[in-house]
Amino acid sequence: MANYYQDNSDIQFHFKNRDLSRVISLVEDDFAESNKYAYAPKNQEDALDNYERVLAIVGEISADFVAPRAREVDSTGAQYADGEVAYPVGLQEAVKRINQADLAGFILKRKYGGLNMPTTVFSAAIEIFARADASLPLIVALQALAATVEKFGSDDQKERILPRFASGEMIGSMALTEPDAGSDLQSIMLKASEQSDGTWQLNGVKRFITSGCEQFSLVMARSEEGSQGGRGISLFIYERDQDMRIRRIENKLGIKGSPTCELQFTNAKAELLGKRRMGLVKYTMHLMNSARLAIAAQAVGIAEGAYQEANSYAKDRNQFKKAIQDIPIVYEMLTTMRVNIEAARSMLYETSCIVDIKEGIENSIELHPESRAELKSDLSRYTKYASLFTPLVKRFAADMANQVCYDAIQVHGGVGFTKEFDAERHYRDVRITSIYEGTSQLQVVGAIGGVVGGVVFDRLDDYESENDFLEVQTLHKSAQELRACLEAAVAHIKEKADPEFQEYHSERLVNIATDTLLAYLLCIDALNSDRKEKVGHLFIAAALTRARSNLEFIEADDVSMMEFHADIINKAES
Amino acid sequence: MGLKMIVMVKQVPDTHNITGDAMKPDGTVNRSKLPAIINPEDLNALEEAISIKERIGGHITVITMGPKKAVEVLKECLYRGADDVILVSDRKFAGADTLATAYTLKFTIEKIGHFDLILCGRQAIDGDTAQVGPQVAEKLGINQISNLLEVLEISEKEITVRHSITDGYEVARSPLPLLVTVSSEANQPRSPSAKRVMIYKNIDKKDDGVEDNLIQANGPGLVQKITEWDADFIGADPAICGLAGSPTKVKKVENVVLAVNDIQQIPPTEAGISGLIHDLMNDHII
Repeated sequence: MANYYQDNSDIQFHFKNRDLSRVISLVEDDFAESNKYAYAPKNQEDALDNYERVLAIVGEISADFVAPRAREVDSTGAQYADGEVAYPVGLQEAVKRINQADLAGFILKRKYGGLNMPTTVFSAAIEIFARADASLPLIVALQALAATVEKFGSDDQKERILPRFASGEMIGSMALTEPDAGSDLQSIMLKASEQSDGTWQLNGVKRFITSGCEQFSLVMARSEEGSQGGRGISLFIYERDQDMRIRRIENKLGIKGSPTCELQFTNAKAELLGKRRMGLVKYTMHLMNSARLAIAAQAVGIAEGAYQEANSYAKDRNQFKKAIQDIPIVYEMLTTMRVNIEAARSMLYETSCIVDIKEGIENSIELHPESRAELKSDLSRYTKYASLFTPLVKRFAADMANQVCYDAIQVHGGVGFTKEFDAERHYRDVRITSIYEGTSQLQVVGAIGGVVGGVVFDRLDDYESENDFLEVQTLHKSAQELRACLEAAVAHIKEKADPEFQEYHSERLVNIATDTLLAYLLCIDALNSDRKEKVGHLFIAAALTRARSNLEFIEADDVSMMEFHADIINKAES
Repeated sequence: MGLKMIVMVKQVPDTHNITGDAMKPDGTVNRSKLPAIINPEDLNALEEAISIKERIGGHITVITMGPKKAVEVLKECLYRGADDVILVSDRKFAGADTLATAYTLKFTIEKIGHFDLILCGRQAIDGDTAQVGPQVAEKLGINQISNLLEVLEISEKEITVRHSITDGYEVARSPLPLLVTVSSEANQPRSPSAKRVMIYKNIDKKDDGVEDNLIQANGPGLVQKITEWDADFIGADPAICGLAGSPTKVKKVENVVLAVNDIQQIPPTEAGISGLIHDLMNDHII
């Protein structure tokens, strides 16, 4: 029996070496439920043991059940006919298995029937599922919807809705995007009108809605008539009835198992979640941040699958009387793939822990209001870290995974271009990760404030003070050099004090910041493993050349792109 | 109401993952080098029992005869949905062949008392005899159907199944009680339930079973501890159990080196290929 958790020593490395004690204390509220639920852990060790056992179940289902059906799920795809959507059989069966294994309420609280797993474990589960089939995590990760109801809904809403999620009876969708509001979500037009009985009616169209055909949706709508921008938008709970029609599903390049729906709401009855006007600025931002982290995990999982395929092919394939894995230009490709996957994984679990601590502190303050004063500064720190790391890891993981899947076809050569192997499927599936839940370019916009504003340096200071890097001195020195590049670049931008100049260089700044954080994370990993020191060495060597070149370009003050672009794009040769 | 079901399982060395030192020089299995697992087709039997329970309701008791460490396979069954588990363990049972094992299981089942359906795997991957299930049915004097592929109809009185026979399959109906042996083709066993794993993972540790107050809070369905029965308790006749009751004597064990000695022509048709795959699977080659 194969197992995608137990065969993945790198995920296990993070669970073994990362200090999860604070995450566990917070998510378990110091084990307050250990006498209430037979499946609640009694102590730290017990909780960690639970995490590993649950991930082993995820790994077993992924390897034995999901992976063998992935090719058929891809070739059948979700189907649309007469207003109804059918998932491919393999995906339906996979969801049934997941429900049987009690994984449907992975992150929900026990009182609603959930497993109360931290985000860190959820990220690992999504990564593992994605390695088997990229479409599946979309269904699994949408549990984040339930978590949004858990955080912002009324007691009545929670009691009505959450147990149905936890049992697997219901899954859902988040209906945000519209035909004319993609990246620019604050321009949505779908209208919500309050009725005399306090309920609401929705009218309008949503597009690109993953699993929009499901029973449950959180729908973002303009509740304040005549308003413009984000402050006139609220979030609504909608349960599917005859007043919502599925107009069609998209015909996509990849993740074909997952239906992407266009929805038409006509006087559809809905109820408000939380407060009016907070729909986009608070609830959807929270929901999207969870989704972004889930996409990062999905990307790492797809990359892992592609790398495993490429590496095993390169081991078996002989050319020039040797395995192609032993040819320098091929092993360099494979090694770079592996190094970048491991770098992304370090940031994925770092970000997940940060999010767990932030959410845990918020939860703790809610349960124990007297602790607010003590926890306030920590909360503000971790909130800032979460806002910086989430876009960074989403962008890095997605772009990295795209490169890995590209190279995985390259390693296969001609057969990689055919349907005989899975490489082409990974390549198609991974493409969306750089696009949905905010394009990579939008993640730059999300992260730049934390880079220029100094949050990144606060976190680097934490790493310096919490670790003794003496054992990995050479590596640490290179990481410090990266930090120096970042400091110089940020200083240069600040000195200019020109918003346009900053926007022009924001991608380059974010690149250096990402590389610097990854370098430190790999230094920390290297403290626990000689092999990781080698991984760190290769990553940082490449990162330094990238950072130096980015810095050189920023310091050169060459703004010809800003000046020339219009002529080059819009004008023809005369 | 539903059916009262008993599933018989066995802990076996994992012969699907043979490594170089899995066999001792004398040709016997080096059990310490092979992980102990639940016999794969016993999981198919348990899965069949669980799906019958889901269809018409019922209660599933899993029994195993083996040393104390066989408790691990009972935990695997609790993780997947067994309602109760019994470890039948006694030094007097050691060295049992299939006949002596069947007697021990018969005494155990009689001790349990009423049952409607007994399920077990078609055969174990260590001995590959496929004898124990049929022998238990004989000793209990009940009907048996071997190699179950699919349950077509089931009620509290009778069952209709499709099961494989030498040249194909057959649909058979029998009144209950009945013993069925289940083949790996019948189903794909479910994975453990995360909640049940977290509940039962320490059930065999001293004083660390599921506590009373938690049983109150989580419903009466939870198993509190693993039941252990010995030879005296089940009233086993020592003369027919264990080594004493085993007429099978191993005369000699040989290391067989496989060599090509004849060629078999496989027709290039769907049927030919699936026949070959079937044969290879039966021989545990793939």
